[in-house]
Amino acid sequence: MSNVKEILFGPLFSNNPIGLQILGICSALAVTTKMSVAIVMCIALTVVTAFSNLFISMIRNRIPSSIRIIVQMTIIASLVIVVDQVLGAVAYDISKQLSVFVGLIITNCIVMGRAEAFAMQNPPGLSFLDGIGNGLGYSVVLMSVAAIRELFGSGSMFGIEILPLVSQGGWYTPMGMMLLPPSAFFIIGLLIWALRVWRKEQVEAAEFKIGPHTAMSHS
Amino acid sequence: MSEENTSSNKDSISNVIVIALGVCLFCAVVVAGSAVALKERRVENKALDKSKNVLIAAGLFQENVTQMSEINTLFEQFEQRVVDLRTKRLLTADEVAVVAADNQLNFGQYDQRKAAKDPSLSMALTDAQDMASINRREHYALIYLLRSEVGIDRIILPVHGYGLWSTLYGFIALEGDGNTVSGITFYEHAETAGLGGEVDNPTWKAKWQGKRIYDDQGQVAMRVMKGSVDPSSAEADYQVDGLSGATLTSRGVENMIGYWLGDEGYGPILKNFNG
Repeated sequence: MSNVKEILFGPLFSNNPIGLQILGICSALAVTTKMSVAIVMCIALTVVTAFSNLFISMIRNRIPSSIRIIVQMTIIASLVIVVDQVLGAVAYDISKQLSVFVGLIITNCIVMGRAEAFAMQNPPGLSFLDGIGNGLGYSVVLMSVAAIRELFGSGSMFGIEILPLVSQGGWYTPMGMMLLPPSAFFIIGLLIWALRVWRKEQVEAAEFKIGPHTAMSHS
Repeated sequence: MSEENTSSNKDSISNVIVIALGVCLFCAVVVAGSAVALKERRVENKALDKSKNVLIAAGLFQENVTQMSEINTLFEQFEQRVVDLRTKRLLTADEVAVVAADNQLNFGQYDQRKAAKDPSLSMALTDAQDMASINRREHYALIYLLRSEVGIDRIILPVHGYGLWSTLYGFIALEGDGNTVSGITFYEHAETAGLGGEVDNPTWKAKWQGKRIYDDQGQVAMRVMKGSVDPSSAEADYQVDGLSGATLTSRGVENMIGYWLGDEGYGPILKNFNG
């Protein structure tokens, strides 16, 4: 049972897809200006990852290795289209704000990465949980980034005003930088730094060592 | 499905073909099935969103109205008219019937954006004409009139034009004089959130109210300024604050107004409303 727990909750902090594996950064930059949009993106990605893992795992013993990537892509792409359609029907306003990014889940490295690294070797049940777990790991980072960006960029959280803006007669001057994609880069960088200070084992070994400083001696 | 195959069997040509076809077939059925099953809801949502935006532009939309039936009831107050943008005329009901029959159009479900891409329903613009950077312009536009006892109260016009990253689609509502702005709204764009995306900001949209489009000579004088409008300026009536950090989106909005309300767009029709 500890195995199941490890698969489901491991990706939250100890093996986070964004924090440790550095996958799925692209959408983390694009859809994190508002928390309400980010959470829908998280749900969409979690659903796609879980079900693509499930389906791919179900037929993993029959997928020929020569066309395995394209079979995975077909399944992922179909799931993404279905999710996009459902969003358009159920949550039209949010799907409008997510625009192309739901479609771009197809290219999200987490989905493909988990299909290839986990679902191809493991039974369907565990693969499904692995998809949920990685979706949650992605969500933790996305929601943290979105919380910081929305709070400091727009003075609100989930659209509810926290810091009254100057333009609405308050005192807070929003940081425009927070609403631009580079800020997400900085925040993700800082989060990864914080994560690795807390979990030292995630720090990668240095690829090279800087030699000692040898000063010329004057005699 | 769970049976173990030897790897040679798995990689045989026949298995490659079987799996490829099987996966494609299954996925195609799932995708097509969901598309067909959800199409009605999606089309409804889209139409509803557009109606909602006409209401927002006209200033008739209340935040707490979310029910489809309520939006539709509010929307029924409008009189929908077809404009021929080539002859710059408001078509009569008989003319609309002729146009609809000639082009096999149903104006109840007329998709103006699709029409703008259809060579038989649109025309290419020359660089000189194409102020709003839209490449092609549809022949027919749907406008909405709101009447009161004394005459026309509101005129709601669909507009679109290119900003920085995307084409902005929206509506502008004018008062019965065909000159004073009563509201503007955008229902689709992909400008930078927080900068150009501030075209959605209610505070900014409110600044348009009461502004005037045409000067005394009947030329479009509306400008989206860089920075704030000087309220003491003689031109302040024709100027709206620009969006800070979004010069190109602001310029796009200005060009959009210049094109659609100018002589190439609805300008001549609006002048007929006046006199």
